[in-house]
Amino acid sequence: MIEFRDVAYALPNGQPLLSGLNLQVQRGETLVLLGRSGSGKTTTLKLVNRLLTPTGGEVRVNGVATAESDVIRLRRSIGYVIQDVGLFPHFTVERNIGLVPRIEGWTAERIHLRVKELLQMVGLEEQMASRYPHQLSGGQRQRVGVARALAADPSLLLMDEPFGALDALTRDQLQREFLSLQRRLGKTVVFVTHDLREALRLGSRIALMDAGRLVTVLSPEDFLRSREPLAAAYVQAFGDGLDSAANRGGS
Amino acid sequence: MNLFHFLWQNHTQVLELTLEHLWLVGISTLLAVLIGIPLGIVSAHWPVWNKPVLGTTNIIQTIPSLALFGFLLPVPWLGDHADRLAILALTLYALLPVIRNTDTGIRGVDPAVVEAGRGMGLTGSQLLVQVQLPLALSVILSGVRVAVVVSVGLATIAAAIGAGGLGEFIFRGLAMVNNQLILAGAIPAAVLALSADFGLGWLEKRLRPR
Repeated sequence: MIEFRDVAYALPNGQPLLSGLNLQVQRGETLVLLGRSGSGKTTTLKLVNRLLTPTGGEVRVNGVATAESDVIRLRRSIGYVIQDVGLFPHFTVERNIGLVPRIEGWTAERIHLRVKELLQMVGLEEQMASRYPHQLSGGQRQRVGVARALAADPSLLLMDEPFGALDALTRDQLQREFLSLQRRLGKTVVFVTHDLREALRLGSRIALMDAGRLVTVLSPEDFLRSREPLAAAYVQAFGDGLDSAANRGGS
Repeated sequence: MNLFHFLWQNHTQVLELTLEHLWLVGISTLLAVLIGIPLGIVSAHWPVWNKPVLGTTNIIQTIPSLALFGFLLPVPWLGDHADRLAILALTLYALLPVIRNTDTGIRGVDPAVVEAGRGMGLTGSQLLVQVQLPLALSVILSGVRVAVVVSVGLATIAAAIGAGGLGEFIFRGLAMVNNQLILAGAIPAAVLALSADFGLGWLEKRLRPR
């Protein structure tokens, strides 16, 4: 579905952000890009919908190199969710969700029905449709963000730390809903996070990135057993958190 | 003779000059908006244009108004029509706040919103018309408001070159050393400026995105 072939990306001033990336994302899987900030995971994501164009190698989506495809068509065929949500503050929830269908020329009635369906799908009440983003909680906004990305029914979703800014309980709930939604819809998802717990929970495979390079790609089970130093360090840090909490409880 | 008595006795002339004044300010503001908003958009989108555009308008702003009127006087098509000349000068002065606020307003739109829009596949013009301009509108309007208030004041000087407006009373009053006559021009001008400021300020608040 997505293929990175020896992809490199450098800033206009020559500073490399990503190099030698070879990676394939299979149809229907959730590939998690895990890494620290600055590891190149968001850059990787933006290369898919060509918010960035590779400076070396090529990225192919459905067999076509992004550099050769019509960028507007490409982006409209891919759902995109970001951490800051980026809802349009001057649009109601309904207009936010219905934006891509509207510019794609759907009829008003079809958009209305689709919005209704999507609101239900992401667990929002129907009367939310007429609200403005500033009237919603963080969790509700993120749900609208997901609904908006799903509006034109793309087969591919890019999610850049979508739950990163939420409190732990809301995040947990949205992760759970993401899983059940994903089971139902079977989208291909590329998901960026720095949180191992989230990666283990949501990913069918985890691509670990560091300093602009892909370190390894593993299933969640293999990730926990991996001897690769960085992967092991992540697992160690994750375990330490739980251990020290448990020990403090015991003493 | 007291001031109100004077205004009442000459109310047709006061009205006429006020309308002339409004015409000068209105047309020049309209032109400044029509020219300034596109230039502001250009300077916000192509950083190369930012300095030349804002720099030029900044320099225009530093020319003393009386001198600018004087410079333009010998220009053929303009010199014969004082009102055209005044409108051109007022437009030039009104450009800076309009361009600068359009530029600032567009740049000030939340980057996450712009990125989301681009990522969803909005074209450049869809992004501009549906997202950036509406969100920058209140900032742009506050630039227009500054332009109008400044123009109302500047337009009084247009009377010096015979373009009419409330400045006529002021200049006549100065020549005759008649304070009442000066006030008869200055007070309606101040009222115009204040009401434009208030009205546009209200509109600006209404349009501010939440």
